[in-house]
Amino acid sequence: MSVEQQDLNLLANEKRGRFQLEAGQDLYGWNEVTQGSVLPAFEGDASNVANQKAEERNYSDYNSYSATVSSWRVIKPVFNIDVCIDCQNCWVWCPDSSILSRDKQMLGIDYDHCKGCEVCVEVCPTNPKSLLMFSEYEDLGDALASWPEKKKKEKK
Amino acid sequence: MAITSIKNLKEFSTSNDRFEGAHTLCPGCAHSMIVRELMNCTDDNLVVSANTGCLEVSTAVYPFTSWDTSWIHIGFENAATSVSAAQVMHKVRKKKGTLKDNDAPVKFVAFGGDGSTFDIGFQWLSGAFERQHDFTYICLDNENYANTGGQRSSATPIGATTSTSVAGTHSYGKKEKKKDIVSIMAAHGSPYVAQLAPNKWKMMAKGFQKALETEGPCFINTVSPCCTEWKFEPKDTISITDLAVDSLMFPMYEIIDGHELNILYRPKNVLKVEDYLGAQGRYKHLFKPEYRHIIDKIQKDIDEDWARLQRREEARV
Repeated sequence: MSVEQQDLNLLANEKRGRFQLEAGQDLYGWNEVTQGSVLPAFEGDASNVANQKAEERNYSDYNSYSATVSSWRVIKPVFNIDVCIDCQNCWVWCPDSSILSRDKQMLGIDYDHCKGCEVCVEVCPTNPKSLLMFSEYEDLGDALASWPEKKKKEKK
Repeated sequence: MAITSIKNLKEFSTSNDRFEGAHTLCPGCAHSMIVRELMNCTDDNLVVSANTGCLEVSTAVYPFTSWDTSWIHIGFENAATSVSAAQVMHKVRKKKGTLKDNDAPVKFVAFGGDGSTFDIGFQWLSGAFERQHDFTYICLDNENYANTGGQRSSATPIGATTSTSVAGTHSYGKKEKKKDIVSIMAAHGSPYVAQLAPNKWKMMAKGFQKALETEGPCFINTVSPCCTEWKFEPKDTISITDLAVDSLMFPMYEIIDGHELNILYRPKNVLKVEDYLGAQGRYKHLFKPEYRHIIDKIQKDIDEDWARLQRREEARV
């Protein structure tokens, strides 16, 4: 798989990850927050959200979809589509809604919302694993090139 | 009710996420796994309320919200109260025909941590159950006040060290047993009460769907391992839950109408509780020779509780 296919902005809505959520930003103090404030998660009609994919939705700036926590990460998961069996274990247990799955197929990782917790790697059942952790600065192409071989079962 | 198919994971994965990323929960937190699963297992509109706790402060970092549904937060203890008020308002406006879409199905859900469920919000929760509002209350049980620095709550099990029950030369950690919240809520006459764990995703999704479908107040206690306060690596969240369920520290069962108890999961190989305790930093001191007897006590309690659950299942009382 080429690096172009492992697009960092795979299936991204134009709103995704525009605001950095980290220490040092202009945070609001407890006494600056508007009392009884309402933050609309969507612009316009939101009655059909349950039937819309993320890329079809009209997110507002208040939705945390438009924020990013990518700076929290020191290691990142890399996805190898050649080994994946689409079991969707990573999708169901990802705590950050960062596994991009469409039509029963695992497509990639949302690097704007992933915090690098490694849960997806732990629950991956394939041999070798189709998700592995690499250092944040590692190039995706290099990471895929250094993928380990299939491990043989040790005879007891 | 529009149910998402949970026949297998592939079909379940076609549901659209309504809980967005970039919340500020710790990496590997089980809270968001549980919340995502609840929101994915139905297509209905949801009205969600949350008690103060990790979930609330992390998913509503002003000016952001991680919820793609209606979400209310008022005070520490009153998620059950606010959601029951919303439910009554919906009922009345439906009757009067003043809703924008009168036929759209709406489900009401309240989330609380164990502190706000077992201790601080208990009075409000109990009141809402007594008034028989149609909602589902989900307790995300991580066995301490993780949001404020890991103080003991009445959900903390015996022997665990927390920042207000510190283990040392004179103490083995918390000295009291955990409150049996599931039986307490079942005693309110709730039509559906269950204890579930996120590692068995299908059982949990089934339980959630059943609770959402059931009319009346339903209570679900979910195990939510906390990597920060239980002191394990974030990647081990699921394996710690496996250990908790397989060692019967958290048996998975449901109680229907207060008397019909069904055990949902019987582990093939029941693990010793040492395996579960040894995997976490908060029980490290119990493996010293002077506190070894506490492990035996925990094991004895677990065996007794499991025997009692099985007797209750048989007797239907």
